[in-house]
Amino acid sequence: MAEKLSFEQSLARLDEIVRHLEKGDLPLSESISLFEEGTGLLSSCSAMLEEAEQKVVKLRKGPDRVPEELPFVDED
Amino acid sequence: MESRTLTVTELNSYVKDLLATDPLLMNISVRGELSNYKIYPSGHHYFTLKDQESSLKCVMFRGSASKLRYRPENGMGVTACGRVEVYLRDGAYQLICTSLMPEGMGDLQVAFEQLKAKLSAEGLFDPAHKKPLPFLPRRIAIITSSAGAAVHDMIRILGRRWPMSKVIVLPVRVQGVEAPPEIAGAIRYANEFEVADLIITGRGGGSLEDLWAFNDERVARAIYASRIPVISAVGHEPDACISDYVADRRASTPSNAAEIAVPDWHEMQETLNSYGIRSRQAMEKSLHAASQRLDALRGKRVLTEPSAFLDSRRMDLDRMRDRLLSSGERQLAVKRQRFVKLAAALDAMSPLRVLSRGYALASDAEGRVLRSVRDLNPGDRVRVRFQDGLADCRVEQIQEGEV
Repeated sequence: MAEKLSFEQSLARLDEIVRHLEKGDLPLSESISLFEEGTGLLSSCSAMLEEAEQKVVKLRKGPDRVPEELPFVDED
Repeated sequence: MESRTLTVTELNSYVKDLLATDPLLMNISVRGELSNYKIYPSGHHYFTLKDQESSLKCVMFRGSASKLRYRPENGMGVTACGRVEVYLRDGAYQLICTSLMPEGMGDLQVAFEQLKAKLSAEGLFDPAHKKPLPFLPRRIAIITSSAGAAVHDMIRILGRRWPMSKVIVLPVRVQGVEAPPEIAGAIRYANEFEVADLIITGRGGGSLEDLWAFNDERVARAIYASRIPVISAVGHEPDACISDYVADRRASTPSNAAEIAVPDWHEMQETLNSYGIRSRQAMEKSLHAASQRLDALRGKRVLTEPSAFLDSRRMDLDRMRDRLLSSGERQLAVKRQRFVKLAAALDAMSPLRVLSRGYALASDAEGRVLRSVRDLNPGDRVRVRFQDGLADCRVEQIQEGEV
């Protein structure tokens, strides 16, 4: 499930999990499963950060005005 | 010298030629205050220049007037350049003005102040209209020249800080008469096809003239109408331009815009680390509390001597059974009493009591009580009930009416 979340969604979920855990009013079994979910999110977020590679494109108006992506090349 | 007699036209033509060939009057600048400024449907502008003692009629033809970048206003101090000419029909001379410069400030500065005041009055700079920037934009549209340092600086900084955002360059001219419609068009286009969730538009620094496209009303209105948040990134200090006022966020340079647009990768890594630390600490606390509770329970008698616990539970059970039984008996007695009362009441209302006084009850074959002779026909069977028995009878004759 964690793999499907975007970075931003993962971050929001992590924030929620940490707050829940810090409140300390959950049954232990729930705390443990939240903790495990959080650990999974942390590692998937870190992986996303490590693996991210910037994509740069140039947009051109194609036929029927629909945007067409072209590689961005240096025009200097 | 003998005086000559001329026609009016001849005289006016003469003076007209005289003035038209005077080198000073052919190209002259006049300083004064604007009054009576009128724009005709023809596109010509008519006005009077005046100072404390004198006034001068002026006209600015359509071609020259269309080059004005600001709106001349009555009372404005100006320098008008042009030539002096006689208007033949009226015999009056006037200044044919080819350019009109505001005094004190450059014309671009005046145009800037005028547009700023107008758009401000319309609410285009209203803070309430400003949209928040997305925390982590997934696609960033850069609307600027595809050549030049600005676009490269932005791509480089965005890539260094937050490589997860895709950068989409919409190349436009940022200088010259084509620039404003191209920039405004690209902003509208980005919105129409929802190509990004954040727009950065701007250019590197330059003179007021160079940056003029970002002081254009069309660009300002396109930024205002954008549903996608816009960062204005025009490289100049300390003056702002119109796009800075109307954008959702103002950056001081294109590089600064890239810094505003995305968080820093390393800071995010720190945030993630702190989440890790916080959740581990919270978990440790919960585990500690749980083990303390366990220790406390371990000392309880129920766990150390389970049989004693069961004995006392058994006693509780016996006590409960006694209470249940005694309450059952009490309830039975109450119910019995109610039954006796109800039976007596029922008996008092019974038709059998009436029969004992000599009345009889007639019913038909189906056992329905007969109340009227109209329910009967001769030959019908009738059952008559007395207090001590039944008699089955047959109807011989029927008489309706009072007996």
